[in-house]
Amino acid sequence: MEAKRFPYQLIKTDTPPFWMRPLIPVLILLTTFLITAGLILTARANPFQAYYYFLISPLSSQVSFLEVLVKSTPLMLTGVAVTFAFATGYYNIGAEGQLYAGAIAAAWLGIVLGGVPAIFAIPLMIIGGFLAGMVWALIPALLKVRLAVDEVVTTLLMNSIMAYIVSAILNGPWRDPNSGWPQSPEIAENTMFFKLIPRSRLHFGFIVGLAAIAVLWFILTQTSFGLKMRAVGLGKPAAQFAGINVGTTTLIAALISGGIAGIAGVSEVAGIQFHLIGDLSAGYGYTGVIIATLGSLNAIGVFVASLFFGLIDTGAQTVSRALGVPVYLGEVTQAVMLLVALGMYLLQRYRIVRRA
Amino acid sequence: MFIVEMQSITKRFGDLIANDHVNFQLRKGEVHALLGENGAGKTTLMRILYGLYHPDSGVIKVKDQPVVIHSPKDAIQLGIGMVTQHFALVPPLTVAENVVLGYQNSFVLNQTQIEESVAEAARRFGLEINPKAIVRHLSVGQRQRVEILKALYRNAQILILDEPTAVLIPQEVDALFETLNRLKEEGLSVIFISHKLHEVTQITDRVTVLRDGKVVGTVNTADVTQKELAAMMVGRETFGVSRSEANSEKGAQKPMLELINLCANDDKNLPILKNICLTVFEGEILGIAGVGGNGQRELAETICGVRQPTAGNIRVDGQDVTGKTPSELTRAGLGRIPEDRHEGMVVHLTVTDNLVLEHLDEFTRNGVLDHKAIRQYAGELIRKFQIKAKPNDITRTLSGGNMQKVLLARVLARQPKVIIAPQPTRGLDIGATDYVRQQLLEQRQRGAAILLISEDLDEILALSDRIAVIYEGEIVGTLPAAEATPERLGLLMSGAVKEH
Repeated sequence: MEAKRFPYQLIKTDTPPFWMRPLIPVLILLTTFLITAGLILTARANPFQAYYYFLISPLSSQVSFLEVLVKSTPLMLTGVAVTFAFATGYYNIGAEGQLYAGAIAAAWLGIVLGGVPAIFAIPLMIIGGFLAGMVWALIPALLKVRLAVDEVVTTLLMNSIMAYIVSAILNGPWRDPNSGWPQSPEIAENTMFFKLIPRSRLHFGFIVGLAAIAVLWFILTQTSFGLKMRAVGLGKPAAQFAGINVGTTTLIAALISGGIAGIAGVSEVAGIQFHLIGDLSAGYGYTGVIIATLGSLNAIGVFVASLFFGLIDTGAQTVSRALGVPVYLGEVTQAVMLLVALGMYLLQRYRIVRRA
Repeated sequence: MFIVEMQSITKRFGDLIANDHVNFQLRKGEVHALLGENGAGKTTLMRILYGLYHPDSGVIKVKDQPVVIHSPKDAIQLGIGMVTQHFALVPPLTVAENVVLGYQNSFVLNQTQIEESVAEAARRFGLEINPKAIVRHLSVGQRQRVEILKALYRNAQILILDEPTAVLIPQEVDALFETLNRLKEEGLSVIFISHKLHEVTQITDRVTVLRDGKVVGTVNTADVTQKELAAMMVGRETFGVSRSEANSEKGAQKPMLELINLCANDDKNLPILKNICLTVFEGEILGIAGVGGNGQRELAETICGVRQPTAGNIRVDGQDVTGKTPSELTRAGLGRIPEDRHEGMVVHLTVTDNLVLEHLDEFTRNGVLDHKAIRQYAGELIRKFQIKAKPNDITRTLSGGNMQKVLLARVLARQPKVIIAPQPTRGLDIGATDYVRQQLLEQRQRGAAILLISEDLDEILALSDRIAVIYEGEIVGTLPAAEATPERLGLLMSGAVKEH
C-alpha cells in the first residue's frame, strides 16, 4: 500500500547560498516577462519586440529617459512613505489619499503664496503638503494606536473619502472659473517647481524624491529611532519588553509616512499639473506599496524599484503606440512582478531535495 | 515476540537528522521508556509511529506485519493511541462526549448509551472518572485520564505517552503510575517518553535511550542504576548544576525585591494574581514552584512592567517601581529575562541589535546610533558569554541555547540588583541548561536577588534557597529549601493545603 509520492521535496533552509542574492532579481525579471509574454501574444504582438519598446527604447533617447525620471519622481516619494510605515509594521495603504491631502494643500498654498519669493514659497508648500498628509494619516493612526482598529481597512477607506472630498472641491468652490472644468485655478508662477533641465518635464520634485530616499536611509540605519521602528515592525512583543514605546513609535512612523505621501502630492501639483485635478495620481499611492515591498523596505531597494517602475510606465506607452498593445500592460507587468517577487523571496528559503 | 518493531528509521528535517537508523522494539504487556534529552529524537520517533510524520527510510512492523502509517487514523486502526502534552479535548463538552468524538459514526448520539459505554470502559481499565463531568471543570490530571480513556476506547493496545508527568503534581503522577500498572496487567503495551530518570526507573520494564537521534542502547530497567542511565543519556557520568549549601550567612539580609499585595488581571481581564506578598533578599534565589497556568506568566510580566498591576506595590532595593515602564525598571536595577525567547527578542534583527535594544539611549548621540560603540559592546558580550554566533547573524538562526545566552548577556552584563528568571531553561538541552543555571548561581554569589519561576520541580529544588508555591494566583506557602520535600510541595501545588 506504498503510495506514490513526488520524488522531490522542498526543504527549508535559513541561509540562502551567497550566489542566490544577485540571482534573485534576474530570476524575478525573467519569470515576470515569461508570464507577461503570454499576455502580449494574446494581444497579437511579438513579445521580443514589445520588450524592446518596453525596456530599451525609453532609455535610447534623452527625452524619454528624462520622462522615466519624471515618472519615477512620485513613485520614489510614495515608496519611501510606505516603507516608513511598513518597516514599523504599520500597513499604511492610504498613501493615495495622503497624496491628495498634500495636493490640496499645494493647490491652496500655490495661490495664497502668490507674492512670496520662490525661495520661501516652495519650502512652505512642501511643509504644508507634509502637514496635510500627516493630518490625513493621523485619524487611522490614532485609531490603531488607541483602539487597535486594523489600519489596512481604515487607511484604505480613507482613500475613498479623500477621492470624494477632491471631487466635491473641484465641482464646487474650486471649479476653474475660466474653463468651467473640474480643476482648481492655476497656481502662481513663483510656486511652481523649477525645471532641472530646460524644455523637459523633469522638475525639482526629483531632487525632493532623492532627498526622501536619503532621509529614509539615514533614519532606518543610522538613528536609534530607526532601530526602534524596525524592532517594532519585526517583533512588537519583544520591542515592548525591551522598553520601546510601541504606540508612540508606530504613531510617529505613520505620521512621517503620511507626510511624505503628502509631499508626493505637492510635487505633482507644483511640478507637473499646476492645478489640482481629479486624476492627479495614477494610483501612485498604491504603486508605492508595491515599490516598498519589491525594494524589501530599504532605501536603495526603493530607489531602484521606483526607477524601474518609472521605466515600465514610460515603456508601456511606447509599446502601446508602437504595437497597439493596451497601455494597461504596464500595470499588469508591475502587478505580476510583485507576485513573482513575493514568491521568489519565499522560495529562496527552500532548497529542492530528492526524496530518499 | 514484538508487538511493534521499528527498523532502521531515519527522519531528517533539513540538515538535522532527528532519527538516524533508529531500531525500537516493543514487547506485548510492557511499559517501555524512551529516554533522552530534549531534541534527542524521542518525540519524532513516536510521531512517526502515530502517523504524524513520515520516515525518510525504515520499516515499521505491527504484530509482525509491515505497515505504512500515513496518518493518525491508520495508527488508530492498528491499535496505536497517543497522548501528548497538549490535550486535544473540547472543554465545554462532557467526558463521554469527548471520548466518543470523531469515533461514533451514528448520526444521532444517544447520550445515555454513550455515557454508559464510556463508564463501562473506565471501570474496565480502572480509570476513575465521571463520564457526565464537563471537561472544563476537570484538573489537568483528570484531563490526562480522559485522553488515555479516549485512546483505550478506540481499542488501543499500544499506548504512547509523551512526557505525561510534565504537567502533573507528584500525587497525580502516583495515580498515573497505578493506572499504567493496571493497563499492563490487562495486556497493553505502553511507550513512556521521558527525560526524568527517577520516573523511568520507577515505572518501566525496559528502557531505550536515544542521544542525538541515535539509539544508545536498550536495557532492562532492573539491570541498571539511574547513574548508568544518566551516563547513557548525556554521554557523561555526572550532570546537573546545583546550589552550594550554606552560602548565605544569615543575619543582616537586605530585601532587594518586595512584592506587596500585588494583584493583576489576565488577558481576559479577570483577576489572576491575588495579593501576592513575596520578598527576595540579597544573594538569594527564591524559587516559585507550581503547575503551569497558575499565574506564573502573569507574575513575571507584572514585575517586568509588561502587565500593569491592578493593586499592590513592587519595590526594587527599597524604591517603589509600581507602574514604571520597562526602561525605568531596567534603570532601577531590575534584570528582566523574558519567558519566551522568541517574544523576548526581535528574532529577525541581528544579535548585535538585540544585545543593545534595551539600552539604546546609551549608544545614541543626538538620536544617531554610535555604531562603533555598539560593535565593541556586542563583541565583548559575545566573547564573555560564549555565544556561538557572529555579531551580524540574524538572531532567528541561532540555537535555543545560544538565543538564551544572548538574552542572559543582555540582562546580566548590567549587573542587575534583582533578576527575574521565568522558565529560564525551558526547551534547552542539558549543556545549555547547565550553563544557564551556572550563570544564575554566579549572580547569586555576586549578591543579586533572583526570582526563579519554573514548572520544573527538579530545577526549583536544585537552585532555590527558599521555595514559594503558587496555586491559582496565590502564594499558598513559602518554605526554606531544607524543608521542601517533593511530597510537601506536591500538596501545596495541588491546592490541597496552605502553609503560611
